[in-house]
Amino acid sequence: MDKIDVVIAGGGLAGLACAYRLADKGLQVIVVERGDFPGSKNVTGGRLYLMPVRSLAGDMLDDAPFERKVVRERWSLMGKGNSLNIDFTGEKFRGEGHSYTLLRARFDRWLSEKLMGKGVFVIPKYRVDDLLWEGESVAGIRAGSEEIAAHVVVAADGVLSFMAEKAGLRPKMTPKNYAVGMKEVIELSEEKINDRFNVESGEGCAQLFLGDVTQGIFGGGFLYTNRDTLSIGIVAGIQGLMKKAPPVEAHALMDAFKEKYEIKRLIDGGKLVEYSAHIIPEGGYNGISKLYGNGIVVVGDAAGFALNMGVTVRGMEFAIASGTIAADTIVAAKEANDFTAKALSDYERRLQETFVMRDLAACREMPEFLDNESFFSYYPDNFPGFLEKIMWFGDGPKEKIGATLWKEMKGSGMLSFKRLKELYNIRKI
Amino acid sequence: MRIDEKLALDAFKTDKESHIIIRHEICRKQCTTKQCLFVCPGHLYSYNEELDEIVVEFAGCLECGTCMVACQDGAIDWAYPKGEFGVQYRYG
Repeated sequence: MDKIDVVIAGGGLAGLACAYRLADKGLQVIVVERGDFPGSKNVTGGRLYLMPVRSLAGDMLDDAPFERKVVRERWSLMGKGNSLNIDFTGEKFRGEGHSYTLLRARFDRWLSEKLMGKGVFVIPKYRVDDLLWEGESVAGIRAGSEEIAAHVVVAADGVLSFMAEKAGLRPKMTPKNYAVGMKEVIELSEEKINDRFNVESGEGCAQLFLGDVTQGIFGGGFLYTNRDTLSIGIVAGIQGLMKKAPPVEAHALMDAFKEKYEIKRLIDGGKLVEYSAHIIPEGGYNGISKLYGNGIVVVGDAAGFALNMGVTVRGMEFAIASGTIAADTIVAAKEANDFTAKALSDYERRLQETFVMRDLAACREMPEFLDNESFFSYYPDNFPGFLEKIMWFGDGPKEKIGATLWKEMKGSGMLSFKRLKELYNIRKI
Repeated sequence: MRIDEKLALDAFKTDKESHIIIRHEICRKQCTTKQCLFVCPGHLYSYNEELDEIVVEFAGCLECGTCMVACQDGAIDWAYPKGEFGVQYRYG
């Protein structure tokens, strides 16, 4: 059978970025996407940190349909009945294009149209069902009754990557390594968003919530401003959800979140237009799959490329970077006419020279560090609690601030060995 | 808003065949926790006492795969809906 150079399973950001670079280098490439159009099966929180991929992406992201430039960052510790917020903005964030919110159905579709303009075939409405093999080597894909033979298959089929699994590159998924994200898109006028989040048109806010929003389960809430919609949601570790006693229904966390005083005012009068859900890799460096085999490479979420650092969550720039770097590897493999695992192992070496593997490796202790109920119940309960004690004036005289704080810190166990050990462990992350 | 009303806001193209197959014999024999009833963001799983069977309303599936990951007994055979079918996000 005649082979094309590359077939890509999945038209998300990793797959499209890979195709973009391959097309630029003159390779023949076909992208197979199971949705009605690229982006129609994708979900992000979310925002893209542009800086890490700016040079890698070349002109790919020029004129991209971003929603808002994030100039305001907020973190909320949600206690039971109170909350403590950090609100950050800076000239640097307002000046440079640092990170942008986006919606995938719009964004990925735009990128796929740009690709088609370059002559790349993007075939929607086809689910990649299986890999084609030639002996020990992957030799293409089967989608329904169609077969596409290729020198290299790029598994860009997302976090559940059935192709990486079929190629024997990814072990069975374990609840510990994944979280489920639920998200609502709420329509709200541009002016209202500007006012409520204290930003100008074109500028946006990104907010993460920790604590009572997940009822102590690993995870948190998020809220991103788009041009005239809000993306609001909850992420909960699947293992944490499974262990929760008494059990809580996942979707009920989302409803309870929106009922919070802190949220209710922000979304008031908005119109819910979409509800979505998606799994997120949470295994970090140790959760990365094997990245290559004979005739196959794995990119983006499929490979487990996502990084939760507690105060920041990242995924899409890892997808774009890994897709682009996979493409460069394939270009070199084609020049050498060698598509074996040995040749494609260069993909991993190249990744190690970039932020993709470096950031993940540097944060390899993060999942274990965050796998600690303290961050999802103890601290979010106690820090707002301290503030409450200090700010509250009751009947009769008020105790001195320092004395109150000392008493609270002692009483809450903040000075216990366990807490000090947690503090000490920060050096590892 | 009820969860089924939320799902009704999404665009779905429903296949005749389910992309989720439940192996009832495994549920009956091994499963004590019935995680699927809680972890699904669409709340699509229910238990039919009369038949002693887990039922899934696959037409409202958001295709996240949480049920498959949570079912450690392997009672859920899960594949993406065939091309052209399933949820089609307009925002994502």
